[in-house]
Amino acid sequence: MARRNNLSHISIPELSLVLLVGPSGAGKSTFARKYFKSTEIISSDVCRGLISDDENNQAVSSDAFELARFMAAKRLKHGLLTVIDATNVQSESRKDWIKLAREYHALPVAMVLNLPEDVCRKRNQSRPDRNFGGHVIPQQISQLKRNLRHLKEEGFRQIYELRSEEDVAMLETITRAPLYNNKKDEHGPFDIIGDVHGCYDELCTLLEQLGYGIDRDHAELVSAPQTTNEDGYTRMRKPVFVGDLVDRGPASPQVLRLVMNMVNNGSALCVPGNHDAKLLKWLNGKQVQLKHGLEKTVEQLGHETPEFLESVKTFLDGLISHYVLDDGKLVVAHAGLKESMQGRGSGAVREFCMYGETTGEIDEFGLPVRYNWALEYKGKAMVVYGHTPVPQAQWLNRTIDIDTGCVFGGSLTALRYPEKELVSVPALQQYAVPARPIGYNADSSLSVQQQYDGVLDIADFIGKKIVDTRYSRNITIREENSIAALEVMSRFAINPKWMIYLPPTMSPVETSTLPGLLEHPEGGLQYFREMGIGKVVCEEKHMGSRAVVVVCRNEAVARDRFGVDGEGIGVVYTRTGRSFFADKALEQAFLARINAALETSGFYNDFQTDWVCLDSELMPWSAKAQALLQQQYAAVGTAASQALPAVTAALEQAVRNNVPAQLLLEKYQRRQQQVTDYVAAYRQYCWPVYKLEDYKLAPFHIMATEGKTYFDKDHEWHMTNIRKICEADTELLMATAYQIVNIGDPESEQAAVQWWEKLTAAGGEGMVMKPYTFLTTDTRGIIQPAVKVRGKNYLRIIYGPEYDAPENLARLRSRGLGAKRSLALREFALGLEGLERFVGKEPLQMVHQCVFGILALESEPVDPRL
Amino acid sequence: MLLTITTTRYPATDLGYLLHKHPAKVQTFPLTAGDVHVFYPEATEEKCTAALLLDLDPVRLTRKSPGGNDFALELYVNDRPYVASSFMSAAISQAYSSAMNGRCKDKPELVDVAFPLEVTLSVLPVNGGEPLLRSLFEPLGYEVNVQSFPLDTQYAEWGQSRYYEVTLKNNIPLWMLLSQLYVLIPVCDNDKHYFIGNHEIEKLMEKGRDWLESHPAKELIVRRYMKHLGPLTRQALDLIMKDEAMPEETEDTPVPVEKIRLHDLRLQTVRDLLLEQQVTSVADLGCGEGKLLKLLAEKSAFTRILGMDVSYRSLEIAGEKLKLDRMPEKQRKRLELIQGSLLYKDKRLSGFDAATLVEVIEHLDPPRLAALEKVVFEYARPGLVIITTVNAEYNIKYESLTAGTFRHNDHRFEWTRPEFEAWAAEVAARFGYTVTFKPLGEWDDAVGAPSQLALFTIADT
Repeated sequence: MARRNNLSHISIPELSLVLLVGPSGAGKSTFARKYFKSTEIISSDVCRGLISDDENNQAVSSDAFELARFMAAKRLKHGLLTVIDATNVQSESRKDWIKLAREYHALPVAMVLNLPEDVCRKRNQSRPDRNFGGHVIPQQISQLKRNLRHLKEEGFRQIYELRSEEDVAMLETITRAPLYNNKKDEHGPFDIIGDVHGCYDELCTLLEQLGYGIDRDHAELVSAPQTTNEDGYTRMRKPVFVGDLVDRGPASPQVLRLVMNMVNNGSALCVPGNHDAKLLKWLNGKQVQLKHGLEKTVEQLGHETPEFLESVKTFLDGLISHYVLDDGKLVVAHAGLKESMQGRGSGAVREFCMYGETTGEIDEFGLPVRYNWALEYKGKAMVVYGHTPVPQAQWLNRTIDIDTGCVFGGSLTALRYPEKELVSVPALQQYAVPARPIGYNADSSLSVQQQYDGVLDIADFIGKKIVDTRYSRNITIREENSIAALEVMSRFAINPKWMIYLPPTMSPVETSTLPGLLEHPEGGLQYFREMGIGKVVCEEKHMGSRAVVVVCRNEAVARDRFGVDGEGIGVVYTRTGRSFFADKALEQAFLARINAALETSGFYNDFQTDWVCLDSELMPWSAKAQALLQQQYAAVGTAASQALPAVTAALEQAVRNNVPAQLLLEKYQRRQQQVTDYVAAYRQYCWPVYKLEDYKLAPFHIMATEGKTYFDKDHEWHMTNIRKICEADTELLMATAYQIVNIGDPESEQAAVQWWEKLTAAGGEGMVMKPYTFLTTDTRGIIQPAVKVRGKNYLRIIYGPEYDAPENLARLRSRGLGAKRSLALREFALGLEGLERFVGKEPLQMVHQCVFGILALESEPVDPRL
Repeated sequence: MLLTITTTRYPATDLGYLLHKHPAKVQTFPLTAGDVHVFYPEATEEKCTAALLLDLDPVRLTRKSPGGNDFALELYVNDRPYVASSFMSAAISQAYSSAMNGRCKDKPELVDVAFPLEVTLSVLPVNGGEPLLRSLFEPLGYEVNVQSFPLDTQYAEWGQSRYYEVTLKNNIPLWMLLSQLYVLIPVCDNDKHYFIGNHEIEKLMEKGRDWLESHPAKELIVRRYMKHLGPLTRQALDLIMKDEAMPEETEDTPVPVEKIRLHDLRLQTVRDLLLEQQVTSVADLGCGEGKLLKLLAEKSAFTRILGMDVSYRSLEIAGEKLKLDRMPEKQRKRLELIQGSLLYKDKRLSGFDAATLVEVIEHLDPPRLAALEKVVFEYARPGLVIITTVNAEYNIKYESLTAGTFRHNDHRFEWTRPEFEAWAAEVAARFGYTVTFKPLGEWDDAVGAPSQLALFTIADT
């Protein structure tokens, strides 16, 4: 029987699917508008109107229903309360909605407007569009009454019935209650503890190791450790139990006592495990088999008082399936929880939390085959769980199973949150034998995550993607750019496990207006002055190829940290992710030299790491760009060097013969000189490479080492530390010359200009100007991390041999830098994000998303001469 | 950039009348991307030289024309200002149009007179080198003198450039000389700076009316002149060749070591195998331009055909070749083209009876094969997988192939039969398939067939 509502306030769960039930004219729409937001209401009449321009068109009812269902599904998927405004008087029509609510683990709520027939009729008469026959309302009312008392059986979790206009008038508010699992405002710090299974001594030892004071005899918590969070507040730490407190072990009652004490006074949280649930069944007198360790618990409980048993019953009955903690960043559930179920409440959610997912198959040990939901987990929240004993707690896609099988002779493990540190104590003895060997099928030297990362899922990369970056806004990767990136990644790129970073593009300085010049340091000084930057670093720009170097101390590090097995100690790759060296042996020899330099310079020890990622320039340019040099630069040089003398000779002859070709002759003599300069310019950057020492590597940024990035350091720090490495192998490594400029100090600024003039006069490419700090932001976001000032002759190989003829320069100056600069910032933010994710040990797909994004952005059409 | 024409036929200054250009002046005419100047370095009655100076504006060249190509954006350091190319043809037709059309206002009697003419092209890019150059001009009666240039005098190891200084001598009416240069300069270069439309056929027919028909290299001339426009080439060839049979278009591929037949044979074999195995759904992974898809689509036994390739451009071409947008709906529904990669697992590849990888694996770096193996055999997991690859042992049979090089410049490896078979057997064992092998192409007792095929069958069905 439906509950008649004569209250002024009712409360419904925050994620409800509210079905209004009532005949036409009962006032459902008015009711809905009064208590719910207009966006929460999905009306069948409105849907009819949307697809047929007639809200009363019954002929389109089935299409209208489909539309309503589609919209409701989308809202529920996003966790939003939804109200269905339709008559819903037949149980068949309600059935579909119940099914939908279950699909999204929302709670179905019925609000029945069971108003007298004459009220409904009167209302409809006042509406000219409602001219259906007089039989309609009585028929609907009779349908409604026929099965009103079956609503609960239909699956509604809350039912409210309003029988009169007075009932409706009395109702003042409908409030929304958060679900019990919502503990988003608890921010920790937490110590999440794996399956205890009655191992009381180990539990106490673990808690003590974590800093808690335990009165072992009374099973009471005496004190809790404190931690200062990132926000500066000091808080008490709180244990969170993933369930399976009982069974198999020696002291289940004592474990229960301790945990109950802590949970009941609010100093700990606990979610139920399947063993706990089964014990509750037994306590409730239900028929259960005394197997899988329950027999031990039952025996141990035989020594306890009935009051204790009663308190255990109450405690277990009150456990919530899972908790969503710390603003939704952390989820704790016994067997884990997939994203679509987090923060939801339904039988299916509870089932999943306690048992996980099974494939329906039975393995050779007679146990159901568990489906590893974590393999496909792509949620943002970290999920900590137990249930399946594993030899070691391992991260997989932001999830971690911390049941390390204490009761089976393994260890009891806690995960410190937010520190993400694991703390374990070994079992004092083996209390039970597992039916299935622990860690069965784990025959690889790679971690679970690394094995999973072996193949990335294309769905994570193609199509339009939005990448959330911590140092900038969300960055959109458009579909057409992903298309290009996929091809480059697949055809040319190195193993994605190595590719943790790609360097960003760099914009030139503001275009110079000085005679004969397109670029000049003044443009850079001007830019940083406007940005309010006080200190700038100018670094010599080497003319080689941009190279990212990832090098590990040995192959074991490559395997453990990068998951790369049998591909050497590292990799040198280009800005498009291609291997720099075609010859693998040469690459490894090159890396061995760098490795040795890192070792002798003490870098590995000083930085407490066994690998490093360096951003650098690798020379000579001709080593990588041979084809470009020959097919384009040298070719143009040859053509021009042959053509121009022939032209000037012909013109000279004509002039001698009194043809008025003097002006033309002068123009072509100038062009001839420009071409000579052009050939000299590209030749600067070519030298033959016969042996390893013919290469020169000039690193300029230390991007990342184990657990750390260096975006908070200034460029002087980078230069100084890199110099130390370079000094260990001056044949192969090259420190970069640099100058610090104080913006606003004319002398300092002038020195930078003179330095640039000197560098470029000697044939150098030019210099790069960077804000003193690596990552510099202002209210508008990130400031250009670097701008380049290229030399007059170098630009000939960019803009063509004759770019500086006055008539050409005048036109070339009208170049826009906006697109290039926007691109540089987006790529920079993505590059840093990828590295942060890698050092934060996020799944490869999260790292690859960033480098893939950079590659995709590189296919945006931007003037390649910039 | 410089084209000079010299005559010594007395009075040599008649050249000025024929060209409609006064020897004492410098005359300038506008072009779309610059100017063309005509002047005479020498103009006596004994010897007269007319110089046509193509003065391209390098900045204007790099400006992207509306609806134009990416040429401008890519080649900002560009040889066009310095060489004789299709721009030179445009300059000829702009500056010397009357002469080329055989009109002479003042001395019409000279038009059809064969003059001793010497032409110098200071820098002519030639795709095909001196032999090609000679094969183009010598049949027309020219005496050809050629000088080639190194890419960079400082780096001899870089080799020779594709640029030549060319001198041509012939006794020929001026209009004919100009027409032949107009056509043959871009043919040497094998590139065109403008979009080639239907009117190009008419131009070619008109300019070549008296000499192209009997030219031994006419087929090459037509094809290159019509560069980048397949169907148009056909049309033009049909017009010229009438009913003569035409060979396949292989001339532009750098090293066509394999005979075209071999690839057709591979595809045919793959289709026959699929039919024999009675599969109904097939995913062609690395479908390229869709040759196998086309063969499969012809058979109604295949009810679902998926073509996947990593190159979007190839898929577009495949779509055009299969005429997807004009296909009846029922037919269309059988076929799907998607961009994808064999290095990323992909739900869209699941549920097929068979997958084919025809000449695909050798395009991957060997360390990346591990990912491909999982994508195909673990995640897509079709009942049947056919993989073909070249047989490296057979390479010694290709004379044009230097020892130690691959058949295609994008091949990352080429396997011998034992190498391929060992790999396939290991993969089959690891993923629960059985595998059998089959040679593809003409059998040689010593080295086997040019290509090899592995047929994987899933064990658990």
